Formats: sequence, C-alpha cells, structure tokens
Amino acid sequence: MDWSWLTGRLSADYLPQDPVTIGAAVGMPLAILAVLVAITYFKKWGYIWNEWVTTLDAKKIGIMYMGIALLMLARGGADALMLRAQTALEPLGIELFDTQTFQEVFTAHGSIMIFFVAMGAMFGLINIALPLLLGTRDVAYPFLNSVSFWLFFAGMVIINSSLVFGGFSNGGWLGYPPLTGLEYNPGPGVDYWIWALQISGIGSLLSGINFTVTILKHRAPGMTLMKMPIFAWSVLVAMVLVMLAFPVLTATLGMLALDRVAGMHFFTSDGGGNPMMYINLIWAWGHPEVYILILPAFGIFSEVVATFARKRLFGYATMVAALIGIMFLSFVVWQHHFFTMGAGANVNAFFGIMTMIIAIPTGVKLFNWIFTMYKGSIRFTAPMIWFMCFAVTFTIGGVSGVLMAVPALDFQVHNTMFLVAHFHNVIIGGVVFGYFAGIYYWWPKVFGFTLHDGIGKLAAYAWQVGFVLAFIPLYILGLMGAVRRLDSYDDPTWQPLFIVSGIGVGVIALGFALMVIGMAYSVWKRKELADTTGDPWDGRTLEWSVPSPAPFYNFAITPRVSHRDEWWERKKAGLKVPTRSDYKDIELPKNSALGVYIAVAAGLIGIGFIWHIWWLAIVALIAVVVFVIKRTFDDDTEYTISADTLYKLDKEARA
Amino acid sequence: MTSHAAHIKEKAANATLGFWLYLMTDIMIFASLFATFVILRDGTNGGPSGQELFNLEFVMAETFLLLVSSFTCGLAYLAIKHGQKRRTLVLLGTTITLGIGFLSLELYEFGELYLAGHDWTHSAFLSAFFTLVGTHGLHILIGIIWAIALGDYISKRGTTPDAVRKFSLFALFWHFLDLVWIFIFTVVYLLGAIS
Ligand code: HEM
Ligand SMILES: [Cu+2]
Repeated sequence: MDWSWLTGRLSADYLPQDPVTIGAAVGMPLAILAVLVAITYFKKWGYIWNEWVTTLDAKKIGIMYMGIALLMLARGGADALMLRAQTALEPLGIELFDTQTFQEVFTAHGSIMIFFVAMGAMFGLINIALPLLLGTRDVAYPFLNSVSFWLFFAGMVIINSSLVFGGFSNGGWLGYPPLTGLEYNPGPGVDYWIWALQISGIGSLLSGINFTVTILKHRAPGMTLMKMPIFAWSVLVAMVLVMLAFPVLTATLGMLALDRVAGMHFFTSDGGGNPMMYINLIWAWGHPEVYILILPAFGIFSEVVATFARKRLFGYATMVAALIGIMFLSFVVWQHHFFTMGAGANVNAFFGIMTMIIAIPTGVKLFNWIFTMYKGSIRFTAPMIWFMCFAVTFTIGGVSGVLMAVPALDFQVHNTMFLVAHFHNVIIGGVVFGYFAGIYYWWPKVFGFTLHDGIGKLAAYAWQVGFVLAFIPLYILGLMGAVRRLDSYDDPTWQPLFIVSGIGVGVIALGFALMVIGMAYSVWKRKELADTTGDPWDGRTLEWSVPSPAPFYNFAITPRVSHRDEWWERKKAGLKVPTRSDYKDIELPKNSALGVYIAVAAGLIGIGFIWHIWWLAIVALIAVVVFVIKRTFDDDTEYTISADTLYKLDKEARA
Repeated sequence: MTSHAAHIKEKAANATLGFWLYLMTDIMIFASLFATFVILRDGTNGGPSGQELFNLEFVMAETFLLLVSSFTCGLAYLAIKHGQKRRTLVLLGTTITLGIGFLSLELYEFGELYLAGHDWTHSAFLSAFFTLVGTHGLHILIGIIWAIALGDYISKRGTTPDAVRKFSLFALFWHFLDLVWIFIFTVVYLLGAIS
C-alpha cells in the first residue's frame, strides 16, 4: 500500500545524522516535555490558557513576545558561539562541523536573529509600551494582535523543528536562489525556512496595520501628532515601512515557494528564470527591514535620554523630520547590497549617493540626543549605560556603512568579514542595545519592580567589551580579504584575529548570562526592588502616570493631553486626586482562543507544504477560512467594566 | 451620544482605515508580481509568448463580467444603506453569480493553456503569468466566499449598522479587485497582444 498521499515525503532519512545535531534534536523535545510535565504537575494549564494564551491584552502579548525573543536569542547566540569557535579552532585541526553543517548553522543564526529575536523584541516592546505612551487602553485591533503573535509563534516553532527533522536551509538568511532552488536544494530545509518566514512575516504585516491605526486613531484626547512621544513617531514610521516592505517579502517568498513546489521558473537559472529578480526583490524588503528594526530603537533611546537627562528632548521637530526622511530614503538604496552584481556604473553611483544621504538624518538624531544630554542632570542608570554604549558603537557602524556606500570601495569589501562587522555593528550596537535599554526602562511598568541596576550595568559593559573583541577583528580581516561564510581559511596569519573574535563572542555570552542572572535575582528580590509609585525614573510620559504593574485596563480615566511631556508637566503643576465622577464605564475585549487556532492551522499549512502533505495543507487552509469568518461575523466580543468597579480597582491599585 | 455608541462608531472608523491600509499592502503584493511579470515576460524559454496565447475577445468577456459585478455590488451597497434587505440580497446574489462566472472563465482559460501544454513549468513567462493572474483569481475566490458569508449574515440579522459597515468593507475589496484587473488586462493582455 502506498501511504505517500498521507505522509508526503516524510521519511526516516531526514532524521539527523551527526552527533551535535542528534544531541540538540533529542535535548530540545526533552526540554519541552519537561516544561509540559511541570505545567501539568503544578496544575497551571487553566492559568496559562486563560491568562496568557487567549489574552488580548497588549501588555501580556508583549511579554510573550519578549519571552520568545530572549529564548531565541539564546538559541541564535549558541549558533554564533559555534560558528566563531569553528573559525577560531579550525586552524588548530579541531573541526567542529563539516561545511554543510556550518552553512546550516549560519543560516539558522541569521534567520533566527532577525525574524525571531529582533522582530520579536520589537513587537514585544511596542505592545508593552505604545498604548501606555499614547494614553489609550489597547491597540486598535486586539484580536488581530493576538493572531499576529501566534503566527510569529508558529513560525518560531517551524524554524526550530527543522533541527529535529529535515535539517536547516544552507542558503543564508536571505536565501538567494538558485542555491535555494530545487536544483541545488531539493530537501525540506529551504521549505522550512520559507514557511517559517512566510507565516511570521504575515503576522508582522498585520501588526504593521494594527499599530499604524492605533497611532493614527487611538491617541488620548488632546494628543496631536506633534505632541506624541517620539517613540510613537518612530513606531509609526517603522510600521509604515512594514506595510510597504513586508508584502514584497510575502510575494518574493511565495514565488520562491512556487519555484520549489510547482516547478515554476521565477528564479531558476534555466527556463528563462532570473535569480537577480529575487535579489532585487528581497533587498527591496531587506533594506527597509533594517530601518524597521532600528527606528523603534531610536525611539526608545529618545525616551530614555530625555528621562535620565531630566530635560525635554532636544529638536523634537527635526527628529520627526529625520524619521520621515529615512522613511522615504530607505526605499531608494536597496541596490547598495549588490553593487558588484553587474549593474552599470551610473546605477551604482545613484544608489551610492542615496546611501550616503540616508546617513544624514541618522546622524541628525545622534546630535539631538547629545544636545539633550548637554547640561542635563544625568543619571547613569542601566538604560542610560546601554545608550552610551550605543552612541559610540552605532556611530562606528554608521561610518563603515558610509564607506561601503562608495561602490568602488565596496567591490573590495563586499561579502567579506568587513560587511559582517558593519551590520553587527549597527544591529548589536543599535537595535539590540536599544531594545535592551527598553527592557530595563519599561520592566517596572509591566512587572511592578525594577531590574537590579548594578547587574544590568555590568551586563551592558560585558556586551560592549565583547562586541569590540568579537567584531573589530572582523573589520581587519575583511579588509585583508577574508570572505564571509567560510568554515575554513587558508592564511594562518589570520588565526590570532579569529581567536580574539571567538573570545569576544564568549564575553557577549557572559553579558547575556548576566542579564538573565540579573532578571532572576530581581525576581527574587522583588520586594526590595518594588516600584510603589508607578514612576520609578521620575518619567515624563503617560505610562508613568499609572500604577506599576500597569493594570489590565491601562488607564482608569482616559487622560487629556495638552503637553508633549504630559506627565512631567502635570507633576510640575501639582497632581489632582480623581473623584468618583471622573470614572466612566469602559469596554474591553473578551479573551479569544481563535487567534491560536488560526495560527495552529497556518502552521499546519506550512507543514503540509514543507513535507508535501497536500491534504493537510488544504484542510488547514479551510480551517483558517472558517475561523476568520467566524470571528468576522461575531459581534459579541467585548465586555464592560462599570465605573463603580473601575473606581474600586483603581483605588486598590493606587493604595 | 452615549459612550457605548461612540465606541461602536470609533470602531467602525478604525475598521475602515485599517482596511484601506490592508488594501495598500495588497497593492504592494500585486506590485511585486507585476514587476516580476514585466521583467520575466520575455523569458519564454523558446515557447510561445503572450501574443500567441492570448485571446483578447475572451478576456474582454471576463472584464465585462467583472465590471458589471462591480456595478451590482455598488447598487447593493446603496440598497443596504437604505435598509432594503431583499434588494440587497438579490443584488449581492447577482454579484456573486457574476464573480463565479468570471472565475469560471478564468479557470477555463487556464485549463485550455494547460491542456495545450503551456503550463507554468515551461517558462518564466508562463510562471509569472499564472501567478499574477492566479493571485487575482484567488482574491476573487476569497471575495466570493466573503460575499456568501455576508449574505448569510444579512439575511439573519437584517440591515443593521454593523451589517452596513461589514458590507462597506466588502464593497471596497470588490472594487479594488476590479481595479487590479484593469491593470492586469492592460499590462498582461493588451500590451502582451500588441508587442
Ligand atoms: C548609517 C547608515 C548606513 C549605511 C550608509 C549602510 C550601508 C550599507 C551598505 C553599503 C551595505 C552593503 C555592503 C555590501 O554588501 O557590500 C550594508 C549592508 C548591511 N547593513 Fe547597512 N548601512 C547603514 C545602516 C544600517 C543599519 C542601521 C542597519 C541595521 C539595523 C544595517 C544593516 C545592514 C545589514 C543587515 C547589511 C547586509 C547583510 C547581508 O548582506 O547579509 N545597516 N549597509
Ligand atoms: Cu541596506
């Protein structure tokens, strides 16, 4: 009997073969099993289902995003350690991986770091902070928000399960064809990569719409666009970029998938296909993507610097102008990622110049922060230390970017370690440090206690030192001609630099460990570290006007805004105690499990396509349609909290 | 206005804005597919080009069906706004029928190409053609399913403000697909037949 209609191309051949992968493939399910057993043992399923899985509260969804992002940071970090261990030790004759596995590991590292760490942490922080900063109760579409999160989760599960069954793509984080085409990669690895990104990418797209409408329509009364905290501005611009760029990713991955499952010829090297088309499309998404990641980090730093310098942000209007400038410019620079791939000198010159121009608004922002600090009474707390590390590191990364914007120079360093150093310079020194600053800054608002400041600073220093050790050598290696993505280099004189770089990754790992230790320690000491005022940093914006942890309804009374630094001005003017008549009935979304169901079905569509189990894909697709229709035509999705209850709850929270 | 009514109104405004933004993202998807089609249209791999394959009269018929369906959809929207339930349902039913007619013609065209041995595996041009036109067709299919669910909702609950709001989004979607089709008609079929 032929069962292939039932199980597609699943077969035991796809089980892992080498010891490292087998170890991971056995360990991961065991760890998950242990967690599941623990939940059952402590009878926490009801709590998890009701309080977390089905929640539509943006803050809780944000916390879940952050949890996954940190977990994935550990996974991607382990990949990084292995990669640099290989290049440090290989000349000594210690070979950790064969070439194929090495390629799978760097592909996994890049894909996981961008899509599941950076994107996850970004949406996490936006969910946690944005509604509070805007003085609103929730995002525009709470249910869609839950769908987005669970799609992200489904993508995460898919990308990680390839470790156990089927192996990872070896096509790099952007999966250039024809390498990722059927001809060179017939196995399921690339399909895992495609569907993990496709599913979580659609989640991101929906989030982009959701947060844009939230910002445009859900601001507290009186908060004009030019009175929004700059973080909201940076999120708005980033989300517009999401809406414009992510559909391109969706279409591009879709076409690659069609090449692979339907034998089409979009990006194949035969049949009239054109791989360069893919490279253009993927960077038309990819370059805006790097700005999608960095802009919210800029926004966080703007809030952090103003708060800890105790001054209003310098040059608010120029900040907004810079953001909008970046929004437009980020769509006219993508070709700088392939200067070497055959466009003429004039095309290269145009994109080179545009790339240099985009560095200007980026630089403007740096000066704004420095002028904000100038003559401020600065408190060097952990978030501020992350900012100081960022200011130095990111600038170096920006300068190396401008260097590569010169096509003639880029021909020398393109696809070398120099490029690798550049983008880690801006991503670690910019995106990651920014989101970490956000974690330390807003942690008390969601959990009700601050993170231990000393350990936090120590972690920042470890990351900074580790970063310098790990990546400055790569600049030098790249200039000398060390091509990226190789598991072995011929020139023995390069080895010392690779060893330094390997040590640097170790120091970064230490920094990460310090963060986790700091969190555990702070949970343990949460009584001493408790934030009783709701305003631990003497903040300026509305999130600090509500008790910590922020109640599920965010604001008992919808705030009226008349200043940019509304909370700061109110404190100066003297706070009024609200009376019973200030409270009104409010409506909040009911929990819903449909978000999870939709994501599970979407994940099964992916599995169906990865393993060619077509009936599964079809059934799951129908399920998605049914769930969506069910939700669209359900009018009973909210409940009311009466003014009385709210009054009581608020009194308790403030006591 | 009570705070509850204000809340409902605000939600409706949000939904409309969000839907416009969604349409914008969909335009970006189609833009990517159009760009790819334009780049790959000469990649016929020695096989036939659009000029040899397309039957403009047939495509005109498809276009006609879709345009009329857009018109009946607009009339249905007017009807639901005036609270005319029966009229709304009849016009919506007409729209659905015309949509199904369009889709059938498209599938017939695809089937003919397939049977003549010009399927999507033969050249980049055919891959891009089937994907671009097929993606539009898929949208039409989604629109039809949506319209059926909408008709069911209206027949049960009547022409409530909620129903009008839901209908307005559907109408936007349907007109949008019409617009995309005009582009497909021009870029894929007309320019294909001329060049
Ligand atoms: C200050 C402005 C910046 C300039 C002028 C700039 C310039 C460049 C150029 C010219 C390249 C291509 C080099 C090559 O492939 O040979 C590049 C690559 C890259 N940049 Fe930047 N960049 C800037 C900021 C950023 C930021 C803020 C990020 C991320 C947050 C970023 C992330 C990346 C990534 C991920 C790559 C390439 C990755 C790959 O090829 O795999 N850059 N940059
Ligand atoms: Cu770029």
